[in-house]
Amino acid sequence: MSEPLLSLRGVRKEYTGHFGRSKVVAVDDVSLDIRPGETLGLVGESGCGKTTLTRVILRLVEASAGEIWFDGRELLGMGRRELLSVRENMQVVLQDPYASLNPRMRVGEIVAEPLVTHGRVRRGRAEARSRVAELLESVGLEPGSQDRYPHEFSGGQRQRVGIARALALEPKLVICDEPVSALDVSIQAQIINLMKRLQAERGLTYLFVSHDLSIMRQIADRVAVMNFGRIVELAGTEELFTAPRHPYTHSLLSAAPVADPVVERTRRRIVLRGDPPSPADPPSGCSFRTRCPVARDECAQARPPLEEAGSPGHVAACFFPVRDAAELVS
Amino acid sequence: MSAVLEINDLHAEFRLDAGTVKPVNGVSLSVEEGQTLAVVGESGSGKTATALSILRLHPTPPCVYTGGEIVAGGRDLLKLSEREMRGIRGNEIAMVFQDPMTSLNPLKTIGAQIAESLRLHQGLSRSEARSKAVDALREVGIPTPERRAGEYPHQFSGGMRQRAMIAMALACRPKILIADEPTTALDVTVQAQIMELLAGLQERFGMAIVLITHDLGVVARSADQVLVMYGGRPVELAPVDDVFADPRMPYTRALLRSMPRGDVPGGAPLDPIPGAPPSLFAPPRGCAFHPRCALARPECAELVPELTEKAPGHKAACVLEGSLR
Repeated sequence: MSEPLLSLRGVRKEYTGHFGRSKVVAVDDVSLDIRPGETLGLVGESGCGKTTLTRVILRLVEASAGEIWFDGRELLGMGRRELLSVRENMQVVLQDPYASLNPRMRVGEIVAEPLVTHGRVRRGRAEARSRVAELLESVGLEPGSQDRYPHEFSGGQRQRVGIARALALEPKLVICDEPVSALDVSIQAQIINLMKRLQAERGLTYLFVSHDLSIMRQIADRVAVMNFGRIVELAGTEELFTAPRHPYTHSLLSAAPVADPVVERTRRRIVLRGDPPSPADPPSGCSFRTRCPVARDECAQARPPLEEAGSPGHVAACFFPVRDAAELVS
Repeated sequence: MSAVLEINDLHAEFRLDAGTVKPVNGVSLSVEEGQTLAVVGESGSGKTATALSILRLHPTPPCVYTGGEIVAGGRDLLKLSEREMRGIRGNEIAMVFQDPMTSLNPLKTIGAQIAESLRLHQGLSRSEARSKAVDALREVGIPTPERRAGEYPHQFSGGMRQRAMIAMALACRPKILIADEPTTALDVTVQAQIMELLAGLQERFGMAIVLITHDLGVVARSADQVLVMYGGRPVELAPVDDVFADPRMPYTRALLRSMPRGDVPGGAPLDPIPGAPPSLFAPPRGCAFHPRCALARPECAELVPELTEKAPGHKAACVLEGSLR
């Protein structure tokens, strides 16, 4: 198997509280590998730490502990200069195409900005324009749109601009943080197809963050499920969807409604009791145990480690991994 | 069974400086006791504008109701005075909004906010209203409701706030509940809890629900009837199974085909709808969907199809006849 493009080892991010508030551990001992050319999906509910993890990888926030290896180099100990050169190969597409494009810049300037920052082209030169035109064309926009402003575009078109900007430096890794969540249903498929096509054409590697499981099944090769700052299950996409082992993964899959009334009527659903616990006051032991339908006393004593749980490469952090979903339905 | 809410050919327009928009353009619907009608559409489809129109919550100006009627309890709500409407809002017809944080008053306790409508509509005393508010919180599954009633919205989690909103809406036992994206701001496991709660309360109290949503999964799970809106117009109206199994409006069919499904393996490219939903400021001529429609004919650019019956109980606004499959 080829060397991973990105490797996290024991990555932790904690925020210390102000005014006597307790600290919050947003990312807790995360280790994972992303192989070149694959799409690793990262799924979890709000506040689980998935966005913080992407920010730690990009070093937009500093990790509290751990190591991040990218393309053979360790990022966390790196100086500013060296980091800038690494970032050419590591770009990001953000969730909100309204907030992530500067409304006072023309689309051409937005897409050319990474090229200018990294000294590939000079601002305003003809070569910049022709490079931007190529990029816009590759994401399905008119090359002539570079003279227009973001507000002249629809949400889906803006997200295309965001993708063109991320691809400008021909990166190896693109971190996509909920890239279609803000878009209308009829537009989401356009963007997902575009991202898949670009990946095939350019050999891109994606870390794809989403809360939407049906999108994950479309785009990811492997999926990591995050809960309370930790990876609780990781498996190949089909295996995760058809044979999940962690009760939390089960409840996520069961909770997501399926757009088919016949399926919905016959499904047996796991409806969790209670609220998710507060990150400032996490439960002892397994962080899911307060809502878990099959929790036992042991789950409060110690934290289950991420262990092999099925076919090779399938890991889950549960003392009592689920074998049959019927166990969970009350 | 008879309809508790009936809207006939409702037209509402907003007269703005930037131009006049018509987010509610000829909407007709009806809901029966104990039934759920889902109003589905993308941003700018007019679904929320329709929902807010039912309770006349759009300020005038800019909103002008230019035609149609909204019949509930034997009266046309459009003909009532503002004072009479206040007696209906929160009493006979209640509403739950998408974002419970912005629709609760941060300066009042949850209990006081629920008690307010009970005192107003049912003339209860302070202490009666207070104890009924605690009951209402208990009904929506809030643990230790006596204590929670004395807390403020910021002390509640997102799911708890939405439960409190539902408790408030149902405190006066309305006949009709309008729920505008009630679970969109919530995480999926909490969304499942809230949908289960609403279904249970509907079974118990028998209210009709008008559910506004963009999520076809939520529709499949909870609707009896479905109204699909596009560009301010109703484009399909049918029982939920018919809409999903045999959509008669090409837009509905395309929307269903474009959606990734969580219950089937991925892999094949999705089948997206080209283009983007129309702007209400510059709606296309003819059928609003024709620029994006794979089945469009030349006449679609000229004429606006009416919502007509394509099969028993199944209406669609399209020139095409017969099944689209």
